[in-house]
Amino acid sequence: MTVVLAEIPYWGQSLLRVLGGLVAVLLPAGTIVYVFLFKMMSFMQSRLGPMEAGPYGSMQLFAEVGKWLQKEDIVPERADARIFKMAPIIVLVSTFLLVAVVPFGPDAWFTDFETGIFYALAVSSISVLGILIAGWSSANKYSLLGGLRAAGQLIAYELPMVLAVIGVVIQAGTMNLQKIVVAQNSGSMFGIDAVGHPYVISQFIGFIIFMIAIQAELTQAPFDMPIAESELVSGYMTEYSGFRFLIFFIGEFATAGVFAMIASVLFLGGWGVPFAWFGWTSIDSIDNWMNFAGPLIMFTKMMLLVFIIMWIRFSYPRLREDQLQRFAWKGLIPVALGNIAVTSILKVVF
Amino acid sequence: MIAQNIGFWIIALMMIGAALRVVTTNNVVHAALWLVVVLSGAAGQYILLAAEFVAITQVLVYIGAVMVLFLFGTMLTRARIGAESDLNNSYKKLGIPVGLIMLVAMGLALTDSFGDERLPESATVVSTQEISDQIFGPYLLPFWALSFVLLAAVVGAIVLARKD
Repeated sequence: MTVVLAEIPYWGQSLLRVLGGLVAVLLPAGTIVYVFLFKMMSFMQSRLGPMEAGPYGSMQLFAEVGKWLQKEDIVPERADARIFKMAPIIVLVSTFLLVAVVPFGPDAWFTDFETGIFYALAVSSISVLGILIAGWSSANKYSLLGGLRAAGQLIAYELPMVLAVIGVVIQAGTMNLQKIVVAQNSGSMFGIDAVGHPYVISQFIGFIIFMIAIQAELTQAPFDMPIAESELVSGYMTEYSGFRFLIFFIGEFATAGVFAMIASVLFLGGWGVPFAWFGWTSIDSIDNWMNFAGPLIMFTKMMLLVFIIMWIRFSYPRLREDQLQRFAWKGLIPVALGNIAVTSILKVVF
Repeated sequence: MIAQNIGFWIIALMMIGAALRVVTTNNVVHAALWLVVVLSGAAGQYILLAAEFVAITQVLVYIGAVMVLFLFGTMLTRARIGAESDLNNSYKKLGIPVGLIMLVAMGLALTDSFGDERLPESATVVSTQEISDQIFGPYLLPFWALSFVLLAAVVGAIVLARKD
């Protein structure tokens, strides 16, 4: 690949990638919280939202972080202190491991993993462990119930997520996220290559299933049974305060951002634009400026998908526990299996 | 000594320590969490052997599914916070010889089949694609047979769980 990066020594590239990972997790998280949680929710409820800190309340986020950091880090007396303190960190580590495979440009990636999407699905399941032990170690009935509900829900919705991804993998013929991006942008539909071949069109069912599944994986309403504040106070997070609550909070929205990035890589063409626009033929012939434009394109697509997630979150009431399980096992999973069967038949036929 | 060997020993020592804690700790959830450390150590070893597919499968199946289900089950039924006195019983002494026999049997099997033979240095890294070509080519029949074993387990679980 013809690259700017090639002139930077290996340690410099590694440092850049680590810093890039931090930015890729924290910047979307902050933007999502401000734009959607503070402002969009307020507008949907006919109020202004935060207005005092900075212009249009744009500095509110820093005020909130400062507030949480100075609060006392309370551990309940009968809690299992060591595990209680460890749990939020497991959740955040899972998010950082997740972002490691997301490509942001032809050379702007952290790791070019051959089985990237498989890895992403595997490490995303680590956060369940953190949530489960957070609920248990709090020594609180509400927390334990929240943790158990969360585990049941996350296991149930991981399956349709994996099955929805399989359709894309069959179409692209690879599990490498970078190659999935290239396959979409260099493809064509009915001989027209001006729009490439984003899988949101040919894998529309898979896209819908994937978006529903990540809504549930993120425990956003209408799938917020685990933290249902009117029944369980706030589920597994009830006993957390100060910066440990902050870590859970950042983890929630950072994971929303990373999942939206993965969804945009799988279905919307990721960092790329259709290669036909600029006459690129393969990943090696892409101009260098895509390494800078790519992350911005990716960010735009991510914001679009998070907007949909948040729109649904603010619009629909919570599902009951049995409805939620029935929806996953009897609705999404059979449809996803059917989607795989149809996709593989069409793949063989064409 | 190359970097992989140093990494191997660090991870191996960590795994042994964690494995000892699994059997000596007196809280069932702590034991499960130490087991998570052991299993992720195994995943790390697979990565050092350049077997990324096996490593990821290890994380997905053992940490993401088996251990979560295990914790889920214990938390639903009996997981208390703090030390439990009835975790160890008289079978504990039986475990040590069983473990030793396993170690000897596996060690013998390994040395018997490989001996002092050195694996060729230039052994190419087996890619995930090659693994799938093997599974869905020459080894398709054993793969199917395994899936029937899983099906039997699923049917058994449903039979046990149904009240009527």
